[in-house]
Amino acid sequence: MAGLHKSDIKNPVLNWIDTRLPVLTMVQKEYGVFPTPRNFNYFWNFGALAMVVLMIMIASGIFLAMHYTPEKTMAFDSVEAIMRDVNYGWLLRYGHANGASMFFIVVYIHIFRGLYYGSYKSPRELLWMLGVVILLVMMATAFMGYVLPWGQMSYWGATVITNLFSAFPLVGEWIVHLLWGGFSVDNPTLNRFFALHYLLPFVLVGVILFHVAALHVTGSNNPLGIEPKGPQDTLPFHPYYTMKDSFGICVFLVIYAAVVFFAPNLFGEPDNYIPANPLSTPAEIVPEWYFLPFYAILRSVPDKLGGVCLMFGSILVLFVLPWLDTSPVRSAKFRPIYQKLFWVLLLACVVLGVVGKHRPEGIWVVLGRVATAYYFLHFLVILPLLGKLERPLPLPESISRAVLGHGGGGPLPSGAAAAKPMEKA
Amino acid sequence: MRAATLLTLLAGLALATPAVAADEIELPTQKWSFSGLFGTFDRASAQRGFQIYNQVCSNCHSMKLGYYRNLTGIGVPEDMIKVIAAEKMVPTIADDGTPAERPATPADHFRSPYPNEKAARAALNGALPPDLSVIEKARVGGSDYIADLLQGYGDPPPGMKIGDGLYYNKYFPGNQIAMPQPLQADAVTYSDGTKATLEQEAHDVATFLTYMANPELEQRKRLGVKVVLFLLAMCGVTYAVKRQVWSDVH
Repeated sequence: MAGLHKSDIKNPVLNWIDTRLPVLTMVQKEYGVFPTPRNFNYFWNFGALAMVVLMIMIASGIFLAMHYTPEKTMAFDSVEAIMRDVNYGWLLRYGHANGASMFFIVVYIHIFRGLYYGSYKSPRELLWMLGVVILLVMMATAFMGYVLPWGQMSYWGATVITNLFSAFPLVGEWIVHLLWGGFSVDNPTLNRFFALHYLLPFVLVGVILFHVAALHVTGSNNPLGIEPKGPQDTLPFHPYYTMKDSFGICVFLVIYAAVVFFAPNLFGEPDNYIPANPLSTPAEIVPEWYFLPFYAILRSVPDKLGGVCLMFGSILVLFVLPWLDTSPVRSAKFRPIYQKLFWVLLLACVVLGVVGKHRPEGIWVVLGRVATAYYFLHFLVILPLLGKLERPLPLPESISRAVLGHGGGGPLPSGAAAAKPMEKA
Repeated sequence: MRAATLLTLLAGLALATPAVAADEIELPTQKWSFSGLFGTFDRASAQRGFQIYNQVCSNCHSMKLGYYRNLTGIGVPEDMIKVIAAEKMVPTIADDGTPAERPATPADHFRSPYPNEKAARAALNGALPPDLSVIEKARVGGSDYIADLLQGYGDPPPGMKIGDGLYYNKYFPGNQIAMPQPLQADAVTYSDGTKATLEQEAHDVATFLTYMANPELEQRKRLGVKVVLFLLAMCGVTYAVKRQVWSDVH
């Protein structure tokens, strides 16, 4: 129903705005008094951290784009010109390149946090699936960004990755030519990758808005994995979690800054400082570190189409995870067997990362196959069965009871008795 | 059974790690003035390195991303840079439209020895000397690799066959390099009187090339110290406030 919003804001100017466009009320509701479980640990900082990195990436990226030339004979030199001739260009470029690595570190921790505490389970399935979409868009963005400096790894990485699509029957070759804009990775490829690399982050912003909106409907999960039962279980988001996030952001920025200022090429491949040369293939073509586990899965399968399917499947399986995991208990704290298997899964992913860095021969093939097999077994076989077989530990009665030990509900901070999670989106 | 899987994987990981190091050539490392949090370029060493680049390397290698004006960063006075640049002739277009040459200025890129790749290959037995602008960042091992490579020439181990026009170098991947040994003791006479041993020359030219690949290094590290200190202080402040805010909950 149309009508003016009844605003509580005292300031007449802000009240006038809020009456007509209640954004201030919304911010107050979603980030001010928003009831948040009182028992978050520091793993709940990583969503906010990801948001901060994304903003840094977009801001630095816009300024980089002002100086970058997406043309194959000039791209490499223009990136180096940014490093040398643009004021603080080295800071923009090293900040952006390492920001991508930081983004993946933060997001991977965020994802494994979700796996450990069962954040994907009802009613947060859609929230989780939107997260998987975010991961996919991020990967596409990062891949295309890595192509832009047009070094040897840019060029050959792009060649290898785009060629993967040729494995698909019938449409494969057509897709590859569409990606290339020709018959090999060349200037049209660089041009369209630059355009898409600029576009996709804004798509990412859109999906993240949905991700956050969905989060504010269901409310956050928490380390105990049980729903808050009343105001004694929650705290208003501000100032409790705004402050906790601020501290987390500062710690994160220390690490990020240390890399950018003191080891800016830590995550990079030296070969990418050699200009792209279609006539000379590097001895080793390796993707950026954050793609190594997927690269290992791809190479674990002797068949090209099979490898490509498993590689994409390793992410697609996450879409249906909420239905594969049949246990009603969310947090691994109360699932003794799942808790151990979580670490095995994490280990399998780390092993895949290490395997991806090495030539597929000898022990690396075996390790890659074992880890790949475990990855899929974990999701497709173990989780569906485990929910039926495992006997979970008794869940605590409520968050406050578990956190405060006895009696439940300490002295209630002002504002904690605020509204329930957003009921109408 | 799960524990067994875990152990197998861990054992595999542990076994595999030394194997990585084994198939790479061990590079001797040395102390660099520019390493560490507060590192700066040793001006004298970098200037000697420029002298080597100017008298030896630049006969075959280009360094086309660098400008003569970049030499200010290693302490060469501006009027000296004008003189250094003016010794080189760079291509230009004369007023009547014909190709001509003019003396370089500090705003010019370092002159390339060959007009294009084909000319370089034709003159050098088919080999193309890599551009040196970012060579320090483009090689595994960076500064150490450059210094080691220049000292890595010698006789091949018995039984190893070296290809035509190639030379044995123990630090070059594959051990056969197309560049003949470029530096010997006293290859240059240092204008500052330093004794030009091969080791000294290699160290100096590696310092210079590291500067050319990372001209921002000193500014970057200086700013980095300030930024990290500020952020650490902010960690302290935000943590104190966080504790204060949460004190009524815990």
